[in-house]
Amino acid sequence: MPQIWDETHKTDQRVIHIEPVTRLEGHAKIDIFLDEKGDVEQTYFQVVELRGFEEFCKGRPAEEMPRIVTRLCGVCPWPHHLASSRVLDVLFAAPPPPTAHKIREMGYCAHMLESHLEHVYALGPAPDFVLGPAADPMKRNVIGVIEAVGMEVGSSVIRHRGYAVEIENIVGGKSTHPVFSLPGGVSRPMTQEQIDRIRELADKLVEFTEFTLTVVDDVILSNKEYVDIILNKDLYYHNSYHMGMVDENGKLAFYGGKMRIMDPNGKIVDNFTENDYLDYVAEHTVPWSYLKFPYLKKVGWKGLTDGVDSGLYRVAPLSRLNVADGMATPKAQTAYDRFFETLGQKPVQNSLSFHWARAIECVYAAERLQQLANDPEVLGKDYRTISDRVAGEGIGIVEAPRGTLFHHYKSDEKGLITDVNLVVASAQNYGAMNLDIRNVAKTLIKGGQISNGILNMVEMGFRSYDPCFSCATHAAIGQMPMELVIHDNTGEEIRRIRR
Amino acid sequence: MAEKITIALKRGASCVGCDIAIVNFNEELFTLLEIADIVFAPTLIDVKYDALRKMPDKSITIGFYHGAVRNSDNEEFAHIMRQKCQILIAYGACAHMGGIPGLANVTTKQAILNKVYKETFSAVNPEGTLPQEISKDEVGHELTLPKFYDHVLALDDVVDVDYFVPACPPTPDMNMQILGVVKAFVTEGKPLPPKGTVIASEKTLCDECKRERGEKVAVDRLYRVHEKEFDPEKCFLDQGILCLGPATRAGCGAVCTETNMPCRGCMGPTAAVTEQGASMLSALASVYGLTDRESEMSEEEIDKLMSNILDPLGCFYRFSLPKSQLGRVVSDTKG
Amino acid sequence: MSESFTPKILIFCCNWCAYAGADLAGVSRLKISPHFRVIRTLCSARVDPEFILHAFKQGADGVMVLGCHPGDCHYIGGNYRTRRRMALLKVMLLQFGLNKDRFHLEWVSAAEGEKFAQVVNGFVERVTRLGPSPFREIKEEKQRETIAAAAQAAAAQ
Repeated sequence: MPQIWDETHKTDQRVIHIEPVTRLEGHAKIDIFLDEKGDVEQTYFQVVELRGFEEFCKGRPAEEMPRIVTRLCGVCPWPHHLASSRVLDVLFAAPPPPTAHKIREMGYCAHMLESHLEHVYALGPAPDFVLGPAADPMKRNVIGVIEAVGMEVGSSVIRHRGYAVEIENIVGGKSTHPVFSLPGGVSRPMTQEQIDRIRELADKLVEFTEFTLTVVDDVILSNKEYVDIILNKDLYYHNSYHMGMVDENGKLAFYGGKMRIMDPNGKIVDNFTENDYLDYVAEHTVPWSYLKFPYLKKVGWKGLTDGVDSGLYRVAPLSRLNVADGMATPKAQTAYDRFFETLGQKPVQNSLSFHWARAIECVYAAERLQQLANDPEVLGKDYRTISDRVAGEGIGIVEAPRGTLFHHYKSDEKGLITDVNLVVASAQNYGAMNLDIRNVAKTLIKGGQISNGILNMVEMGFRSYDPCFSCATHAAIGQMPMELVIHDNTGEEIRRIRR
Repeated sequence: MAEKITIALKRGASCVGCDIAIVNFNEELFTLLEIADIVFAPTLIDVKYDALRKMPDKSITIGFYHGAVRNSDNEEFAHIMRQKCQILIAYGACAHMGGIPGLANVTTKQAILNKVYKETFSAVNPEGTLPQEISKDEVGHELTLPKFYDHVLALDDVVDVDYFVPACPPTPDMNMQILGVVKAFVTEGKPLPPKGTVIASEKTLCDECKRERGEKVAVDRLYRVHEKEFDPEKCFLDQGILCLGPATRAGCGAVCTETNMPCRGCMGPTAAVTEQGASMLSALASVYGLTDRESEMSEEEIDKLMSNILDPLGCFYRFSLPKSQLGRVVSDTKG
Repeated sequence: MSESFTPKILIFCCNWCAYAGADLAGVSRLKISPHFRVIRTLCSARVDPEFILHAFKQGADGVMVLGCHPGDCHYIGGNYRTRRRMALLKVMLLQFGLNKDRFHLEWVSAAEGEKFAQVVNGFVERVTRLGPSPFREIKEEKQRETIAAAAQAAAAQ
């Protein structure tokens, strides 16, 4: 039986720090400020890391970018690798042949699976729901889950995720920091042997993703207390816009589609492609975090608030399911239908349902992987377009496991990077994370009564989004710099000292 | 039955690929868990900083620190890990040499501040707001952020390191090697390698790479990777594709060259040289554009030849800039 | 610029030509600035780019490499290698931000005492005008940041 609630104790502190937040990718902390009564006044979810990609990539040869930008994130290097490649397909005027796109997408489906499965079983819902939000923190992790469910199931989870990793290795060379994608295509064609193995594994993965859906059913959806928590509008809930990619039939897509925006009332208000993204997306800076807040330009930045007048929007599995007309593969479509029958009309705004949506995306990813592995064109020998032309600019969008990812580079006439803009998946959910954390804290913490379970439930406010903050904070900044310039008596600069 | 050891994983300025490298132990994770308990690993386990700080000194057997040191937080925890762990391992290219984050040493904090928060295409910031080490909200709540350093550093620039595991990220084979060493140490009392060892080969990648090489490597013309298709059997340099193999350690299984992509040096240099960039520069300059009329070539011709090599700094020091001799780009007096 | 700045300059001389040329300059009592030190190698090709980078790291304000004229190398083709490596090193040093006048490659034969004096004096003058190398401060800068953090960590324990 999962432990959902635990005994509280009173704290006299006016600030509670949760540091670091755990079971996510990234460096962040939560500050909960209490008033004199011990009720929550305000919360902040601060991201404390940054590195500087948008600046230090300047001067690098553009064709090197796909292997540099993977290091934005070791959990989701594939979206960066492929978004970067799509930029360069345009920047070098080298449209890839269909085989290349299919090889890329095939590897990418395996990555989606690998990343999503890792979140479902290791980072997010499994520890929190199998063991319960208030379970012993030393047990509330993937190791504790395996102990609870038994070695057979545990091994199966690890083995199947391992299959996805194996496919990533086959297609990409390395599962973490793939190397295979280039401007104009991929580095080599697939062999029959490789495709046979991928087909074999894809079949197993389709089965396993169906199993994962039953796990969601058994552990979460059949537990009335959990369902109450999911549906409770004072907890993990707010009314936001949603953004996601769809294919030419309006079905959910990860790669090669167009973008859609849905408003909090369920209306599709905008469609756009790469070239127009700057008309739709802008980023806001705050002094208390290194992470910027993307928002809808047309609606405007209205602060950390929800509703149709706030420019905050969400991305990733729930949002993708919301904006799409359906799923492009049959088992995923069945799961999609059940999802909306259960949770009601679009857009579904209950944040914890991201976990279920993620499991449904696993089914699509596995089926799509199967489709591509069985497509004769994936064995095509036309795997690259060679070009020596430098067009100077490119934009690429893919759907990362954690949301929409935008890469945009400019180069000079030699093809050396002059400008980089990255709008990264998790940043677009950063506002939502702050809102959910605030709502949960305000509802659960009263009169200074806290417990380890309550604090974990506050953390669950961000975990629905499976955040990836290394990506999100690609920038590196610091304190205001100081520079001292010394001139000689002719006014000529002779020395510069920097702090 | 030998007692279980304890393990901690901490990250600095990292992409977390190194944590994933450990998750990718797959079923070997069970082997690891038989001999070790993981007592601190924020990506996977809900143990917070307070708990780590309270652990007695030297109470954790092995600490894995991955990521570069680029802010006060990263450094603080480098020191804490050094205190709490008997053995501290710099795990992955970033902790070893600075890694890709180390490329930030080509620029300055000011340039980055301006770029990221004011100048990117999507940034909208008319007030010029910047993140602050200390800030207050409208009610007076104080919020802090770590201090960012001017320089990106490797782990051993701030603390004493026992072992280095190169590569970005360390490969499954390398991890199994380490697991084997740790297991032998725990269950059989076998001694660990000498302190300061880089746990990898002392040969260069060319030794491990299966491609065919000519008698002597001669790079007639340099092609950028998007300019031609690659022969999957032939040495990259022989084909005119820049490959850092000659300046890079073996031990990664030459996965990139197997995938028909040239090496970019993530394993770092062998112990025979003091830095990777000079090593590659020497090697390349010695074999590039060799002609029969070497004696007649003018200085201008040679300069022109070398100018075809775009971005030597960013290429030869892709993963190792903070550990290069010079360490970073500077601003010099105008002549 | 304060007149009290004395640059630290390192000159690599090959044994057979440049070093002999330096000797000749000395024996001929030519006027040469004293602000440099010589490291003699058997061939200019022995000068690994690593040495030059290390010299700048250690605080050299200027570095020169002097060797035999192309075609006259005692080891036949050593200086062909030298000039290629130094050409590429120049590109990279510029990327590092160093002013181009801080590094120079020149050919000086055993008979060219005058040339040696000229080249050295010119180099010393140019480097003096540039002032201290920006790399002099880097080491201290890094330590300042890290020592402060160490003290903080120690205090927080």
